[in-house]
Amino acid sequence: MAQQEVLLKVENVKKHFNVGGGTLKAVDGLSFDLYKGETLGLVGESGCGKSTAGRAVLRLYEPTEGKVTFDGVDVYSLPKKKLKELRKQMQIVFQDPYASLNPRMTVEDIIGEALDIHKLAKGPARHKRIVELLNLVGLSEEHASRFPHEFSGGQRQRVGIARALAVEPKFIVCDEPISALDVSIQAQVVNLLKQLQNEMGLTYLFIAHDLSMVKYISDRILVMYLGQMMELAESEELNDNPLHPYTQFLLSAVPIPDPGVEKNRDRIRVEGEIPSPIDPPNLCPFCTRCPKVHDKCKQSRPEWKEVKPNHYIACHLFD
Amino acid sequence: MTAETLLKVDNLKVSFKTYAGEVQSVRGINFEVKKGECLGIVGESGCGKSVTSQAIMQLLKTPPAMYKEGNIVFEGEDLLKKSEKEMQKVRGNSISMIFQDPMTSLNPTQKIGKQIAEVLREHKNISKAEAYAEAEKMLELVSMPEPKKRMNQYPHEFSGGMRQRAMIAMALACRPKLIIADEPTTALDVTVQAQILELLQKVQKEIGMSIIMITHDLGVVAKMCDRVAVMYAGQIVEQGSVEAIFNRPSHPYTKGLLSAVPSMEMDRSKALTTIPGTPPDLFAPPAGCGFYARCNKAMKVCQNHMPQMQMIDGELTSACWLNHPMCPAQNRND
Repeated sequence: MAQQEVLLKVENVKKHFNVGGGTLKAVDGLSFDLYKGETLGLVGESGCGKSTAGRAVLRLYEPTEGKVTFDGVDVYSLPKKKLKELRKQMQIVFQDPYASLNPRMTVEDIIGEALDIHKLAKGPARHKRIVELLNLVGLSEEHASRFPHEFSGGQRQRVGIARALAVEPKFIVCDEPISALDVSIQAQVVNLLKQLQNEMGLTYLFIAHDLSMVKYISDRILVMYLGQMMELAESEELNDNPLHPYTQFLLSAVPIPDPGVEKNRDRIRVEGEIPSPIDPPNLCPFCTRCPKVHDKCKQSRPEWKEVKPNHYIACHLFD
Repeated sequence: MTAETLLKVDNLKVSFKTYAGEVQSVRGINFEVKKGECLGIVGESGCGKSVTSQAIMQLLKTPPAMYKEGNIVFEGEDLLKKSEKEMQKVRGNSISMIFQDPMTSLNPTQKIGKQIAEVLREHKNISKAEAYAEAEKMLELVSMPEPKKRMNQYPHEFSGGMRQRAMIAMALACRPKLIIADEPTTALDVTVQAQILELLQKVQKEIGMSIIMITHDLGVVAKMCDRVAVMYAGQIVEQGSVEAIFNRPSHPYTKGLLSAVPSMEMDRSKALTTIPGTPPDLFAPPAGCGFYARCNKAMKVCQNHMPQMQMIDGELTSACWLNHPMCPAQNRND
């Protein structure tokens, strides 16, 4: 983190869906600041609301409640026209490089579409810009006329990144951009994302479930469970000194690629399955499975508080 | 360990006929699985690890698949010489398989209990009631919550981890000697993954079976496996004990694969080591080493001559020209 200038301020964002039989609280009260040039990792198990959170922040979903301020602009109260302007500064890279590129368009048109929509370049300038973007992500001019099926997964993800970069954004939500890729290719894409960040001063919200990769790429990490924030701390601090029982459980489940360590390690065991996010009781969401549960956890929802400098947690153990 | 050999794959070559030509997916691989051990097969997508496992189970449709050469000897019998009818007696009975995606490999239209009981009735001469009772026991064995209730539920009523448990229960129903787990936890969360892997370890001990664990997650390999085979471009490039593979790998591809994974202690300011490029086209595989084009230590000989598997030490064999006794020492240096 170079400086602590807030680029994105998220305040008590909620996104609820009406489903048969109740309200699904996918994101239930999310508040954090994102500093310019930093990477915030957002982790949690499937269904914890991390992708919904990423989309709600960008207003790809209309939120149920809350406020998001991007560079001083209130994102949720902007009229449609102004929102389009803002889209130039906030972009997203999706998880599945197979589903997020139109198979009937060439790479030139996939990347060019962003330029067309925002009227950024036409004719020869458009082509020149597309080649520039392809070079930026490690592809070349000859790739422009090809279709997505002619690319490998890693190359497709590069196209997805080039498309996001076309409008020169300040902020990119990376929604599990490497989950569908092979290990050696993951490293290539992560290096590319880091290099682009250094060159262009980008800010990332990096959503993932691979904790070792998240730890590597992120400055700070936010852990979510059942739509709620559990813990937020700097990357090393969260990893070396996790305070929330859920974070401890999550970290101990990650297998370490070293047989000497892994075979002798004892994992924290937790009973039961993740409860339903439909009409959850207003308690600590982890209280049904937490090994350190006590009476208070089953009476009220813990508050979000700073227990150490820059280390936030929602847990009654720290009241 | 001088345990008995359960499965021996000998010079297996499998190709697929396509309109564009013949894809040589598996290009002559050799490995053994001993009784009670867990062998990991690792490699990137398209390296032939799933084709290998499906070849053992004879699940590949011929054509387009063609078994070009080799044998797959299981308990002294060559599976490739068996008829479909004979194979049906092996599948699900002495060898069974766990797939990556439990949703697509369970039957969505049948209750879980019926699906497990069906396997038992197919292979064992038991009554319907006995089969159902045994199925319920299997669900208990895989730590399924409320097994009695789950028997009468459909797969869509289960979470991902529960579905995978149901599939494991089905695969274990006949107490197989060998279980092939093809990316069994890739679709699951780490927390559920840990539960499923521990479950497999527990059951492995209880019924003394062998496991072939196909995965690209090196953490999973470190946790589960006794020995590891590293595959690249349809060949096994290095094979050895899990300690040898992780602590003193000799093949540049294995080294690259290991260093591409960030460790939890890694310095974040350093770039990750990557393996540049992509695997070769298996329509026309290279004459020499499959890894030649991406290898940072490639020599002239690697381009046109295939390196042979060579014993490095008692626990490690590797196919790389760098291990040739005449290879100059400076070529090996990192």
